[in-house]
Amino acid sequence: MFDELTEKLEATFARLRGRGVLTEADIKEGLREVRRVLLEADVNFQLTRQFLERVEQKAIGVTQLRGVNPAQQLVKVVYDELTAMLGERQEGLKLSTIPPTVVMMVGLQGSGKTTTAGKLARKLKAEGRQTRLIAADVYRPAAIDQLETLGQQLDIPVYADRSTKDVVRIARDGIEQAKRARDRVVIVDTAGRLQIDAELMDELKRLKAAVQPTEILFVADGMTGQEAVRIAQGFDEALNVTGVILTKMDGDARGGAALSIYGITKKPIKYIGVGEKLDALEDFHPDRMAGRILQQGDILTLVEKA
Amino acid sequence: KDVANADVGVILRGGVKDGSLEQLEEVLLASDFGVATTLKLVDQIGGYAQRGLIRTEPEFQDALRRLVEAELREGNSDPSLKLSASKPTVILVIGVNGAGKTTFIGKLAARLRKQGKTVLLGAGDTFRAGAIDQLRVWAERVGAEFVGAKAGADSAAVAFDTIDAGIARGVDVVIIDTAGRLHTSAGLMEELKKVARVIAKRIPDAPHETLLVLDGTIGQNAVVQARTFTEAVPVTGLVVTKIDGTAKGGIVVAVHEELDVPVKFLGTGEKAGDLHAFDPAQFAEELVEA
Ligand SMILES: Nc1nc2c(ncn2[C@@H]2O[C@H](COP(=O)(O)OP(=O)(O)OP(=O)(O)O)[C@@H](O)[C@H]2O)c(=O)[nH]1
Ligand SMILES: Nc1nc2c(ncn2[C@@H]2O[C@H](COP(=O)(O)OP(=O)(O)OP(=O)(O)O)[C@@H](O)[C@H]2O)c(=O)[nH]1
Ligand SMILES: [Mg+2]
Ligand SMILES: [Mg+2]
Repeated sequence: MFDELTEKLEATFARLRGRGVLTEADIKEGLREVRRVLLEADVNFQLTRQFLERVEQKAIGVTQLRGVNPAQQLVKVVYDELTAMLGERQEGLKLSTIPPTVVMMVGLQGSGKTTTAGKLARKLKAEGRQTRLIAADVYRPAAIDQLETLGQQLDIPVYADRSTKDVVRIARDGIEQAKRARDRVVIVDTAGRLQIDAELMDELKRLKAAVQPTEILFVADGMTGQEAVRIAQGFDEALNVTGVILTKMDGDARGGAALSIYGITKKPIKYIGVGEKLDALEDFHPDRMAGRILQQGDILTLVEKA
Repeated sequence: KDVANADVGVILRGGVKDGSLEQLEEVLLASDFGVATTLKLVDQIGGYAQRGLIRTEPEFQDALRRLVEAELREGNSDPSLKLSASKPTVILVIGVNGAGKTTFIGKLAARLRKQGKTVLLGAGDTFRAGAIDQLRVWAERVGAEFVGAKAGADSAAVAFDTIDAGIARGVDVVIIDTAGRLHTSAGLMEELKKVARVIAKRIPDAPHETLLVLDGTIGQNAVVQARTFTEAVPVTGLVVTKIDGTAKGGIVVAVHEELDVPVKFLGTGEKAGDLHAFDPAQFAEELVEA
């Protein structure tokens, strides 16, 4: 990663060297550079504006206090605020005290729900929790085959019923089976859908009411652009999701969608997907994510310097 | 005192210089045009306004619409599918994970079948769980022929077999599915090169079309994706999917400019009929409406 932002800001502030202290106008100019970086990282433009307003006040105080390297100080203020806006703490999966814990996967088409269901099942199994997958996508061609193949690869049972399109019934029956088998966790895979598709969103609401999930995980593609806000809002308003998983983070997308999604839902980003293989799931770290969005690899040294 | 400018001021709230253009900038940014394209368009429109060329709201919208359309018509922009003079035409479909490749292939096959052509689909994605079955279901659904493979088989070999079968059966069009891959995976990009190489070995001017599928909700990463894919296997056209969602897909303007290849199709749903030949005028119109 490059420390492009610091460099740009250093250039912007170069003419101030000697004076040491940044005026409000200097900071405003520096923040324009920050704005460009955030927009290029796909942070929603409205959130970008709110963010910059917040940062501006803090930056004025801080950079005037300590006049050493104003560019690095501004980056640090931005970085800290960004980390805070991404949730600060890392949170794992919540489990119900009365098993089985029900986890529901929801999101747009192709975001990574089925693969991530497999990844979570693998993780839970490795932690010693007997887990079952439920195939509640009755629309996508071969969706059930996909989940069953993942189940076979992981040696984890998959409940499916090809004789019905009633996903509520499928989920109920699957959970019944899980109870009899004394499973600890069941993960319900659902079909991808648009947040504006009233009929299919209603299906999810009915599913939620029937299975009373402990976790409803909104699975989002880490490459999502400006719409991330409205998509996340749509799912959250309909379902009151409990957490977020950001997929395909093994690429080089900057992942500004993380800020958009957390900014609008305030639901913790619990994991990130970093590959197609079933072990490619990592904990989410807000600070690392902030560094990634800012294209600022070397935050640690920066923090020490500032 | 200047009536013309006063008019623009009203429409563009707060004068040509700030409020109005800022609003335009927001519309473009919100539609995923990206910073560079946005600034370019805002500059052009600002110039028009300053010269008094646009004064009213409809004129303002019209100018934006025309500029976007002009961008999309720049350079290589013929949306028609290139068919080979001798059978079969070979189409290779590529893109990142979950963009909508397999579904697009199903829809394109349906469209070609409607035109009376025979179509053969090759299951070049042997990696993702259920991918082969997914393509088989599409083939059955739209009345296309199908060459399957065993999970884990070499996808270049599957491509070769599919073309062989296409030649033997005398089909009009062969479409080859590939596994989703991120452009950052050097190994998987090498694999893609090999698929293209093997296809060219069987029919020297094939693939006749290499279509890059982009998810319409994608943001700025689309540009570097497109660049890296086309470096591996020269892309001849773009397909933008999931345009039935709320995202506007504005980044295709930058991608079109970057690769100088036409946008050929838009995907607007999950059914066989949800595919449209790309129309720059209509695309621009819909962007401006928002
Ligand atoms: N590189 C990469 N690929 C991923 C990741 N997560 C999922 N994928 C891939 O993304 C594609 C879509 O994943 P699925 O799990 O089928 O997505 P889905 O949300 O279930 O899709 P629908 O059921 O069609 O809505 C597949 O090719 C997966 O292998 C990830 O973290 N990294
Ligand atoms: N709403 C909508 N959904 C679409 C469209 N095109 C594809 N999809 C859905 O997006 C999801 C992923 O589509 P696929 O065709 O499997 O994508 P892919 O690129 O082949 O995925 P991988 O092979 O896993 O990389 C599926 O649920 C499709 O039904 C579209 O135009 N609109
Ligand atoms: Mg799925
Ligand atoms: Mg596919």
